[in-house]
Amino acid sequence: MPKKIEIKNLDLFYGQFQALKSVNMAVDGNNIVGLIGPSGCGKSTLLRSINRMNDLIEGVKIRGQVLLEGIDIYSSKLEIYELRKRIGMVFQRPNPFPLSVYDNVSFGLRVEKFKDKKKTAAIVEKSLKAAWLWDELKDKLHKSALSLPLYQQQRLCIARLLAVEPEVILMDEPCSALDPIATMKIEELMLDLKKDYHIVIVTHNMQQASRVSDVCGYMLLGEMVEFGRTADIFTNPKDKRTQDYITGRYG
Amino acid sequence: MAIALSAITMLVLIVLFIIKEGLPFIFKIGITDFLLSTDWEPAAGKYGIFPMIAGSLWVTLGAILVGVPLGLAGAVFLSEFIPQWAMKTIKPTIELLAGIPSVVYGFIGVMVLAPLIREYLGGPGLSIMAASIILGIMILPTVMSISIDSIKAVPNSYREGAFALGATHWQTIHMVVIPAARSGIIAGIILGLGRAIGETMAVIMVAGNAVKLPNSPLDSVRTLTANIALEMGYATGMHRQALFATGVVLLIIIMLLNYIAMTAIRDRGKKK
Ligand SMILES: Nc1ncnc2c1ncn2[C@@H]1O[C@H](COP(=O)(O)OP(=O)(O)OP(=O)(O)O)[C@@H](O)[C@H]1O
Ligand SMILES: [Mg+2]
Repeated sequence: MPKKIEIKNLDLFYGQFQALKSVNMAVDGNNIVGLIGPSGCGKSTLLRSINRMNDLIEGVKIRGQVLLEGIDIYSSKLEIYELRKRIGMVFQRPNPFPLSVYDNVSFGLRVEKFKDKKKTAAIVEKSLKAAWLWDELKDKLHKSALSLPLYQQQRLCIARLLAVEPEVILMDEPCSALDPIATMKIEELMLDLKKDYHIVIVTHNMQQASRVSDVCGYMLLGEMVEFGRTADIFTNPKDKRTQDYITGRYG
Repeated sequence: MAIALSAITMLVLIVLFIIKEGLPFIFKIGITDFLLSTDWEPAAGKYGIFPMIAGSLWVTLGAILVGVPLGLAGAVFLSEFIPQWAMKTIKPTIELLAGIPSVVYGFIGVMVLAPLIREYLGGPGLSIMAASIILGIMILPTVMSISIDSIKAVPNSYREGAFALGATHWQTIHMVVIPAARSGIIAGIILGLGRAIGETMAVIMVAGNAVKLPNSPLDSVRTLTANIALEMGYATGMHRQALFATGVVLLIIIMLLNYIAMTAIRDRGKKK
């Protein structure tokens, strides 16, 4: 059985600039994978190479492999639209569409040209429930998503993903625009979701990484310095650079 | 400041002058007779401008039917599928098209378009259809450049969100980008509409200017603007006032359109 996601010797260049240097990592089992490291070390770049969002940027060159259940996602064996349905993404700034709450959550279904209205409504409800938004929003389904407070917008973006039942959820600093209480709520939600989804989260916040992740990677200047069990990384790092970062001597 | 003030004063004076010259006439002859009668015979004291109102509306509607789909398609193509550096030269070029004198458009309409319509579709050639096509082309720069601006103003995070859900580029455009840019696009359409309804020279040249209610797009019509321009040279007395009154009607229609455009733009600002 191949791993859910396996990244092998991944190099990524923005033009001449090498942002990822021979990165290796894996996502498997019911784990939340955390990615930490100082600003600009390539966390977002790595995350975005897992669902090919970097393809949208001109001048990006990629070497190495990203395997989804053993299949190279950059090969022609996997269509990019199919890939992005299977690997969803939550962004740093909540980015609900300027549509109603309902239309946001059903967006992925409309992308798939799913026509059954009854089932759509059921999926919207189920997804909002799974993102712990149903009780708050069930009377506001036809309000503009942009009128919601940020913390609800971010969970709406999560609900929007859940509606298409991805296998993996990538989160790029999903809490950085939120206050501590909203952050806690998202973290609890992640722990709840990890039963059903593989989750990879980029975070600036080391406490957050230690709270939610089971496996963790420390990146520095485009390199994956250390990748292993979160408990080990935080209590017993093998690499001197990780140790410096964890103890706060860097970044 | 002083210059701005005097400019505004001048505009207000012009509007007041038109209203002062036109409004008493409307009340004298009766608003329904003026607006809804189809008889325009100034020599016989008959001043019904309904054919001209209809002419203006048909021609403007036609211009919208021609200009909006083309303009929107062009705007989407240019803002979503063309590299940024190419846009930098293409967009000013489009805006330059707005500066071509309308007599040039009219000339092309008379020399090329009208004969083609006459030959292949029948009728006099100089017609609603000819005017619609010419006006549709004339409003393209307005519709396109404002639509491009509002499509460009759609935050990239919306596009990313759609792509990340597996949407294709086309799905992203019609499900997210256009709805997000909608109020700006509508504003562009309405400004184009204002331009179409106010256009005079090109319309006089290609619309045929017959004062009667048209039965088909191939019929000739006279617009409100054409009516004023064609007759002002020799109009006196009541006739002259009737032309000013025509101007009042035109003014009201254009102000209404601008008001709608402004509201659309303002709503867009509020949503952000
Ligand atoms: N579109 C781009 N073009 C060129 N260089 C880029 C681009 N995006 C990122 N980079 C560079 O790649 C490096 C890694 O960026 P990335 O955004 O992945 O870092 P990050 O670890 O997510 O940082 P942060 O914590 O600030 O979000 C940075 O040096 C950045 O300047
Ligand atoms: Mg980042």
